[in-house]
Amino acid sequence: MLAQNGIPTPEDLAGVLPPEERLARGPVAIAECFQNIPCDPCYHSCKQGAIKEFTDINQRPQVDFEKCNGCGSCMSRCPGLAIFVVDATYSDSEALVKIPYEFLPIPEAGETVTAINRAGREVGEARVIRVQNTRAQDRTAIVWLAVPKDLMMEVRHFKVKGVR
Amino acid sequence: MKHTEIAIVGGGPAGLAAALNAAKLGARVHLIDRNDYLGGQLIKQTHRFFGSKEQRASERGIDIARELANQVTASKNIQVMTEATALGYYEDGVLLVEQHKKIFAIKPERLIIATGGAEKTLLFPNNDLPGVYGAGAVQTLVNVFGVKPGKRVLMVGAGNIGVIVSYQLLQAGVEVAAIIEAAPRIGAYWVHASKVVRAGVPIYTRHTIQRAHGHREVTGATVVQLDENWQPVPGTEKEFDVDVICLSVGLTPLTELLWQAGCRMVFVPELGGNVPLRNEHLETSVPGIYVAGDVAGIEEASAAMMEGALAGLNAAASLGYTTESLGLDRRNILAQLEGLRSGPVGEKIRKGLAQALL
Repeated sequence: MLAQNGIPTPEDLAGVLPPEERLARGPVAIAECFQNIPCDPCYHSCKQGAIKEFTDINQRPQVDFEKCNGCGSCMSRCPGLAIFVVDATYSDSEALVKIPYEFLPIPEAGETVTAINRAGREVGEARVIRVQNTRAQDRTAIVWLAVPKDLMMEVRHFKVKGVR
Repeated sequence: MKHTEIAIVGGGPAGLAAALNAAKLGARVHLIDRNDYLGGQLIKQTHRFFGSKEQRASERGIDIARELANQVTASKNIQVMTEATALGYYEDGVLLVEQHKKIFAIKPERLIIATGGAEKTLLFPNNDLPGVYGAGAVQTLVNVFGVKPGKRVLMVGAGNIGVIVSYQLLQAGVEVAAIIEAAPRIGAYWVHASKVVRAGVPIYTRHTIQRAHGHREVTGATVVQLDENWQPVPGTEKEFDVDVICLSVGLTPLTELLWQAGCRMVFVPELGGNVPLRNEHLETSVPGIYVAGDVAGIEEASAAMMEGALAGLNAAASLGYTTESLGLDRRNILAQLEGLRSGPVGEKIRKGLAQALL
């Protein structure tokens, strides 16, 4: 359980995941933020107005999946690195998972990395499609991973090969 | 003897905000810090802060420190004394400060104490071996000096500091074997915890360190599970091969000057130990002495900055300085502080503060 081991349960996740039907229409943000803490940068970062305004700073983010276009602007503003973008339409067999990443080395497009789940366990391999690391992101890179579709709700981290 | 309108002891987030806000109203300020830089603990906070936009959420502590320190240095009303240690405060209202082996007597009309906190430690066999560190020291080594404290770390304490320092160790290329926490729940914000767990660091709640191993330095640690009465469960011992044991078991306010000044103090566990009683203006029981930040109760840097701003405004206002927006500015900061403390994670602070009001 999250409060005991830092790993969100399937029940935790069920409350924040977009419906299948929305996933089938392209990239969308998933805010894996399960605790009422005083924090609201995600709301201010969203140009689509897809994160509901906070009436109390301790509220959890509520993503309007219809307004969200999966741009990922919120990802590098979240102090908890808790927002991910998933694009289930990437190809017939693969989905894209965009991951906020603050470790070195930052991988390069084309590289194969080890895909990791929320518990820190290796679940397979992923291909780096693109790396966004602009000045506006302020040292939180966003790494686009292509993963087998059945892993798109599992993969939330990765390890660069040959680096511990 | 130097005379000044406001002396501020401590150049961390609270002291910097106090100096800027007092100077903004026109007060002449001496800002005293024992380090050779300003910013206090902010200078090692490489992670993004929580909070609201007005409280600079999502910015990194290191950047906030730089910006506030630049503003302070540029202010004509603020005289900065670094490498200067406040040694004592005496009945006649004189603050003694040692700087570069010289003693200065400063007589301020108002005094703001923003000395922050000190780390607590933990008793266990061999806790005096080299390799047993406080989390603050580890963070200084890694984030200020670029020095790895060792190869493999056992982190004791899953509060925000323990979890954040673990993350920063990983960023520095140091392995973290595990984070252990005696309490039944993770104290850190869960998003921080999830971040280190997916990076491969397990968190064991209801676990404590039984002993450190090693002769000349740490070579390992024994960890044991605790039952519901916080007693070790025999047979649950786990061995960790680590060369660093990092203690992140809480902070306590650094209140020596307040005791010496005769401020009425109260023991409030929720605020980290003995804290000064204060009124809503952050003034202590000794008129003219204000407090802000961790010295008034262990909290977050964003709260320290807001308390500092309030103490700075209030101290300057008590000297007659004012602006048209003073009332509004104060109310805004108070409303932000209240928002920050209003949620479930602020419950402990609210409970603590309720016991510390004059």
